[in-house]
Amino acid sequence: MQYLLLIHSEEGAFERLPKDVAAKGMADYEAYTEALRKAKILISSNRLRPSAVSSTVRYEGDKVRVKDGPFAETKEQIGGYYLIDVPDLDAALKWAGKCPGARHGAVEVRPVWG
Amino acid sequence: MQASDDDAGATAEMVARRSYGKLVAVLASRHCDLAAAEDALADAFAAALRAWPISGTPENPEAWLLTVARRRQADDARRKSTQQGAERHLAMLSDELETSREGMDHDAIPDRRLGLMFACAHPAIDANVRTPLILQTILGFDAKDIAGAFLVSPTAMSQRLVRAKAKIKHARISFSIPDPDVLPERLDHVLDAVYACFTAGWSDAFSLDSGPNDLSGEAVWLGRMLVKLLPDHPATSGLLALMLFAEARRRARRDPEGRFVPLSKQDVALWDVGKIEEGNSLLRAALANGELERFQLMAAIQSAHVARCATGRTDWPAIVLLYDALYSLTQSPVVAINRAMAIGEDKGWSAGLDALASAEVDQAIFQYQPYWATKAELLGRAGDRDGMGEAFRMAVALSDDAAVRVYLEQRRQYFLDAVAS
Repeated sequence: MQYLLLIHSEEGAFERLPKDVAAKGMADYEAYTEALRKAKILISSNRLRPSAVSSTVRYEGDKVRVKDGPFAETKEQIGGYYLIDVPDLDAALKWAGKCPGARHGAVEVRPVWG
Repeated sequence: MQASDDDAGATAEMVARRSYGKLVAVLASRHCDLAAAEDALADAFAAALRAWPISGTPENPEAWLLTVARRRQADDARRKSTQQGAERHLAMLSDELETSREGMDHDAIPDRRLGLMFACAHPAIDANVRTPLILQTILGFDAKDIAGAFLVSPTAMSQRLVRAKAKIKHARISFSIPDPDVLPERLDHVLDAVYACFTAGWSDAFSLDSGPNDLSGEAVWLGRMLVKLLPDHPATSGLLALMLFAEARRRARRDPEGRFVPLSKQDVALWDVGKIEEGNSLLRAALANGELERFQLMAAIQSAHVARCATGRTDWPAIVLLYDALYSLTQSPVVAINRAMAIGEDKGWSAGLDALASAEVDQAIFQYQPYWATKAELLGRAGDRDGMGEAFRMAVALSDDAAVRVYLEQRRQYFLDAVAS
């Protein structure tokens, strides 16, 4: 069963961190990604660029409208994701709890349809 | 042998009472799909009511129902043409084979109820629906009954239940005993549900002759499984002790004519000393563990009540102290009602009536039968002939048990006569 771990966190907070703390944060994420890979449950993962460079598209009438910015203007945005394949929710929750994102933000565990 | 419609119906009802949860747990465990399991089982019961009057009641009705329900699940999976459907179909077929290998042995049906209860008690499920969900899936209670017990509207309750089942299925919350590190936080809801199962069987037993497989017996059995799983857990031992104290008094609750006998009037010679001793030793072990929680306190109250069989009298001051502790812990209106009665016994009836007022903070209490029964008894004893009339009327009107209604009517008459003389 696949779960998408969505990392919600305050935008720009990372950029404001002192260099050594930021480096430590990056190392934590690398270690976590490596652990998922070693457990053979990682399907894909990515860090996302800030929502300021995001664009949102939807129809208005019969015209496609492109809007600058994210779907919802909130302080916390999705900053990255992990797509993992584990037997059940408990396993997914356990991995979500180990994600660095659960410390500096929150990790939403979303089951994949199927 | 041909069975009549009535026999078939009676057997089906007995199996539904005895094994509903066990069958749902088995049927739902592979795909975490409770709604589909309930549907398949309902179909199997409907098929039984058609088949059994003609072919006779099978030797092992549970295995029969399980086979039919699994075939129905396999058919459903077959109809789905997707890849996932094909996988499900194969899984269902292997379940079907497993059932036929299990043959006619009722005990061979695996018991996945504890796993199911822990799935329902999962923190990813809305906290308000965890215990109701266990009640519905383990006992087959409908949303309406559960809504009544939890003092919410039936529509709201069924929406919550449907949402929770969808979450278990789509998020795949597995039916397993949780790891020790997360087990305690889920245990509370499981204990609540086992206790609710016990009390449901308890009040039911007024109107139905209960054999060894009634709901209360099932609850005690689940309680024993939990104690085995968590031998040193105070709440688990407390709950089992509490149920054993009540079970010990089972035979004394009705007189030979089937009339309701309140605790204070019960013949102690009819109490089961073995169960009382087992309860006391569980309670002692639980209390030795330090932490005091509600099931231990409830068991201690019951222990104080049944101590009457050794001492010949009820220690009301001790019972009031235990109720005080329980009320400050739970703030439950139900506890407030029982506490008021104990205070009435200990400190006088008007003190009891004053204490009852603390239960009246929530409007829902006025729909709750024991509130009115207690109020009627306290007013009757206090000699308030005018005040007790309404309370007795409400207590009778809200009671769904004929034996209790008869008892209340007798009490009302008794107080009327007492005032007159």
